[in-house]
Amino acid sequence: MSVGLVVVSHSARAAEGIVEIAAEMAGETRIEAVGGDGRGGIGTVPDDIEDALVTAAGDAGDEGDDDGEGVVVLVDLGSAVMNAEVAIELADVDAVIADAPVLEGAVNAAVAATDPNATLESVREQAEAAGEISKV
Amino acid sequence: MSGEGEAVVAAVEAVAERIESERDHLTDLDSAIGDADHGGNMARGWAKAVDAARDIEDPDPETVAKTVGKTLMSEVGGASGPLFGGSLVFAGAELADGVTPETVVAFAETYLAKVEDRGDARLGDGTMVDALTPAVHTFKKSIEVDDLDPLSALAKAVDAAERGVAFTVPIRARKGRASYLGWRSVGHQDPGATSTLFILEEVLEVAADRLDGEVPETDATSPTIPDDAEVEDVEADGAGSDGPAPEGSE
Repeated sequence: MSVGLVVVSHSARAAEGIVEIAAEMAGETRIEAVGGDGRGGIGTVPDDIEDALVTAAGDAGDEGDDDGEGVVVLVDLGSAVMNAEVAIELADVDAVIADAPVLEGAVNAAVAATDPNATLESVREQAEAAGEISKV
Repeated sequence: MSGEGEAVVAAVEAVAERIESERDHLTDLDSAIGDADHGGNMARGWAKAVDAARDIEDPDPETVAKTVGKTLMSEVGGASGPLFGGSLVFAGAELADGVTPETVVAFAETYLAKVEDRGDARLGDGTMVDALTPAVHTFKKSIEVDDLDPLSALAKAVDAAERGVAFTVPIRARKGRASYLGWRSVGHQDPGATSTLFILEEVLEVAADRLDGEVPETDATSPTIPDDAEVEDVEADGAGSDGPAPEGSE
């Protein structure tokens, strides 16, 4: 019973860096980084996002209640959102995109996902609350 | 069935060739209002799609459509990948029973719905939807109401798409990268609408070839559209709405 996270960025390195920061707060949470156009350039690829979704969802094939609660997806810009939507429709995974800033949202979501009572909705809400963060 | 699959592969080949020959044209259109990558991205994606389609053993229409869609999703990049490719993956399922006027209407409607949904764009936003919507509506009406043969229906659809492309010129873009330009987007033809038209033109050519028919002369002065109230309504809605933040591509 846990919620997984996927961080999607146009840059694989940006996604990995964001996951590196969020993982500090993530405890045992499954958190996957995915990004880049697959040719070493900037972009996102639905197939890669789909793979990350399946990994973050955990062993959905297990019997009983050990199935994951689903996956909250953090995205950066424009076509990353569209490609994440396509990936979610193609993947057999319960996943939602959080309408949140990608780094702050990932950190918030990582913290929220460590709550033993975390649900897909509660983690998404916390991720989206990151939109309210004021810095100066 | 396999003959239909091969016909779809032939259409993919024709589209790829056309997009390649229009690469600079599309890039020029995109450089005026976007990031000048539409021609190159589409040409690369469709070339890969041809390879993938030719590799299918005993191709059927659904498999070809889905394979091409998947390839475009991965290879085109930007917003065009999910819009052209992602929509094709989902619409391809409508061809499971082969290529008939009915399945093609369903295919076209699903494709349009996916593009609208994914891009959050409506008619009148200055996007590929402006070419696609009149084409899909015209094809559907020509088949279901006017009882035209498939080739005539497709020819009318291409005509409608052509007028849709022209329609993107004098209007202000409200979606896609061009929308960042605001009023400066007025006077520019949308690259995505243009490549949509090229794709439809090639599909028509291949269909005519396969059905052993001449491409019917359509009468552009008496289009099918004006008595199709649905189109007019959507158009009014699109023009009246101030869209939220534009969907940017990377």
